[in-house]
Amino acid sequence: MERNPMRRQLQTMRKSLFDQGYLDDQFVQLEELQDDANPNFVEEVVTLYYRDSGRIILNIEQALERKTFDFNKLDAYMHQFKGSSSSIGAKKVKAESTLFREYCRSRNGEGCMRTFQQLKKEYATLRRKLEAYFQLARQAGPVETACRPK
Amino acid sequence: MNSSSGKEYMSTASSSTGWKAADAAAAADQFPAGLRVLVVDDDPTCLMILEKMLRTCLYEVTKCNRAEIALLMLRENKNGFDIVISDVHMPDMDGFKLLEHIGLEMDLPVIMMSADDGKHVVMKGVTHGACDYLIKPVRIEALKNIWQHVVRKRKNEWKDFEQSGSVEEGDRLLKQADDADYSSSANEGNWKSSKRRKDDEDETDERDDTSTLKKPRVVWSVELHQQFVAAVNQLGIDKAVPKKILELMNVPGLTRENVASHLQKYRLYLRRLSGVSQHPSNLNSSFMSPQEAAFGPLSSLNGLDLQTLAATGQLPAQSLATLQAAGLGRSAGKPGIPMPSVDQRNIFSFENPKLRFGEGQQQHVNNNKQMNLLHGIPTTMEPKQLAGLHHTAQSMGNMNVQVASNGSQSSQNNPLLMQMAQPQARGQVINDSSLGHAPRLLSPMGQPILSNGIATNVSTKTGIQENIRAPSYNPVLQTSLMLNFPTNHASELPGNSFPLGTTPGIPSLTPKVAFPEDVNSDIKGSVGFMLSYDIFSDLNQHKPQNWELQNIGMTFDASQHSNNLQGNHNHSQPVLVQQGFSSGQVNGQNKSATVVSKAMFSAGDSTGHASAQNGNQHLNSLLVDGTVRVKSETVADATPTNLYPDHFGQEDLMSALLKQQDPIAPAEHEFDFDGYSLDNIPE
Repeated sequence: MERNPMRRQLQTMRKSLFDQGYLDDQFVQLEELQDDANPNFVEEVVTLYYRDSGRIILNIEQALERKTFDFNKLDAYMHQFKGSSSSIGAKKVKAESTLFREYCRSRNGEGCMRTFQQLKKEYATLRRKLEAYFQLARQAGPVETACRPK
Repeated sequence: MNSSSGKEYMSTASSSTGWKAADAAAAADQFPAGLRVLVVDDDPTCLMILEKMLRTCLYEVTKCNRAEIALLMLRENKNGFDIVISDVHMPDMDGFKLLEHIGLEMDLPVIMMSADDGKHVVMKGVTHGACDYLIKPVRIEALKNIWQHVVRKRKNEWKDFEQSGSVEEGDRLLKQADDADYSSSANEGNWKSSKRRKDDEDETDERDDTSTLKKPRVVWSVELHQQFVAAVNQLGIDKAVPKKILELMNVPGLTRENVASHLQKYRLYLRRLSGVSQHPSNLNSSFMSPQEAAFGPLSSLNGLDLQTLAATGQLPAQSLATLQAAGLGRSAGKPGIPMPSVDQRNIFSFENPKLRFGEGQQQHVNNNKQMNLLHGIPTTMEPKQLAGLHHTAQSMGNMNVQVASNGSQSSQNNPLLMQMAQPQARGQVINDSSLGHAPRLLSPMGQPILSNGIATNVSTKTGIQENIRAPSYNPVLQTSLMLNFPTNHASELPGNSFPLGTTPGIPSLTPKVAFPEDVNSDIKGSVGFMLSYDIFSDLNQHKPQNWELQNIGMTFDASQHSNNLQGNHNHSQPVLVQQGFSSGQVNGQNKSATVVSKAMFSAGDSTGHASAQNGNQHLNSLLVDGTVRVKSETVADATPTNLYPDHFGQEDLMSALLKQQDPIAPAEHEFDFDGYSLDNIPE
């Protein structure tokens, strides 16, 4: 157990993210890639993700504002978004993406819209939590998040 | 370790080309560390993660977010990478298309990736020749073992080599590998040289003829192929067993295995012609659909190629069929095998009987790969007639070879080509009338089958590339272009592919193209491209120019000559490609362009690009496709650029293609490329 209270807090925060289903094992993969050469790798990736996926979210939003939905396009966008989200381990966001795609396939516009709102919520929540997490991580000092106590 | 080196190499520019022998040796010991990976994905998040993962595996990573750029990089630096990992869904180019290109042009193992794990998509990956398929999110464990694909491919190449009977060479190669003696190869990589394809080693040598090829593959020259086809026809496609074929052919140094693998390819090709969905293994006979019947045998082998061709270049499947049929000696009464839209792909694959296929499985895979690739290609081509033409041309080219051998083509000469030209007719399956013999492979499938052909040929050329590498296509292209060649080429054709070159039947085509031999020198550089270019531009106009097949031939030859063209000029390659197309297109279809584009591509990376750009857009697309393919063929080992030259069979194909063109539109121009003297190809 970490002696450093900040680190302990960090670990607790991290654990809860997993326990509550916000993150999945893919996130651990990212953490394992972090090393001395790239001490902020995870944060960098997540930042990149939010930046890039924000663009897709916007595209989807615009597409959903039209009178008639182009489900194929929506599905394509979501496919892209899902790929990104899954690569950082965003579990809940990924689940919403999957649901959205299903609605696209069944041409359920209503379902799409509802799911999308839910997705955006999860997306924003995760972002907040991760930001707090990374901030704490930085404060706690250079430590490998996943594990090996330094 | 390569861990740090990876960063240096990460530049967008070519990957590390500067492996020194010492590095190579060192790297060899550390294999798989140092494996040069090119990862392509439009998603920056995934790209970043993959890059880090691969670096962690101690691979040398180059990342790229655009497929076009990736292709450029690969072309520029043919031996700069060992393996490619690509996403399926990309905005600028479909991942499968990229896969095909790579397969055809460079014959590198490609791993596909996607968040999509649907069976359909995974299957597509398999059929297009991907050596593996990863589901996103990718875990590092999955990447740790990707080196196996590289080794496997090399191993198969070697196996081919051995099968071809060049045991000494094989031993030598293996020994080299064992000794990690990199000095012999120009490869940049360390272990690459030893493990990599023998091509690498040959690269410096310009991969010249089979005799010097380290690769033990047998290069199926146009002549050889013609002999093969003649033997097959004599025996009857059903009774054609490798042993008997070997006896009939009576070629010293040829082994039963060589023939067997070639037969397999041929069957696939024929199958393709007949429109059967690729099934590389059992194309033959089952495919014989009425039209294809003629092609039947052809298709089986070429099926793969043709299909690829067909698929890609829209080569009128029929043309292929016709070609095949022609090749088969049977007057394909209905050459017009209305190849199902896309079987084109396979049709041409046949062209490259290259032994490479010998690898058997790989071949098929390759073929498939190619075929699929071709598919991709044709798309670019757009249903332009050209494409169709190309295909036809390609198929014709290939077919011509075959046909030529059979002689049936002759009558067709143009019909085949014409058929090819038929791209428009897409549906029309090569009017039998004209083609009669020539497998219309390319029937207006709309897609320039040629591309397929080329692709197929290409692959063959590359020798190992097996399948479809386009080499087969070359013939097609060439044939169209070279129609004239048939005579010339017959002997020389890039050796690999088909004996198309010599289709005696093809009359008019006398492509100025100096056929490979000459061409090599000329085409090598610009000429190669030029053709394509001209062709395309003309194509659009429908000028049946004879394309100065020269260029075309050259390209093909180039490929064939491995050393000549390929080594230096990738250009040649492209030329060939184009030519093939041009003829096909004569109708002015864009096909030519596509073809050309292909050719261009093959030419080598540089040229290809240039030309492609010059040419029609389509061309580019085609060329790209084509080049990819073409290269593979001719160059057996070396640069895939040679794609065309190798095909030798191209001549025949050309004629076939030309023939095909007829139906399509005033196809007669076999190569209408007249205007194009390769030399002048206006860039």
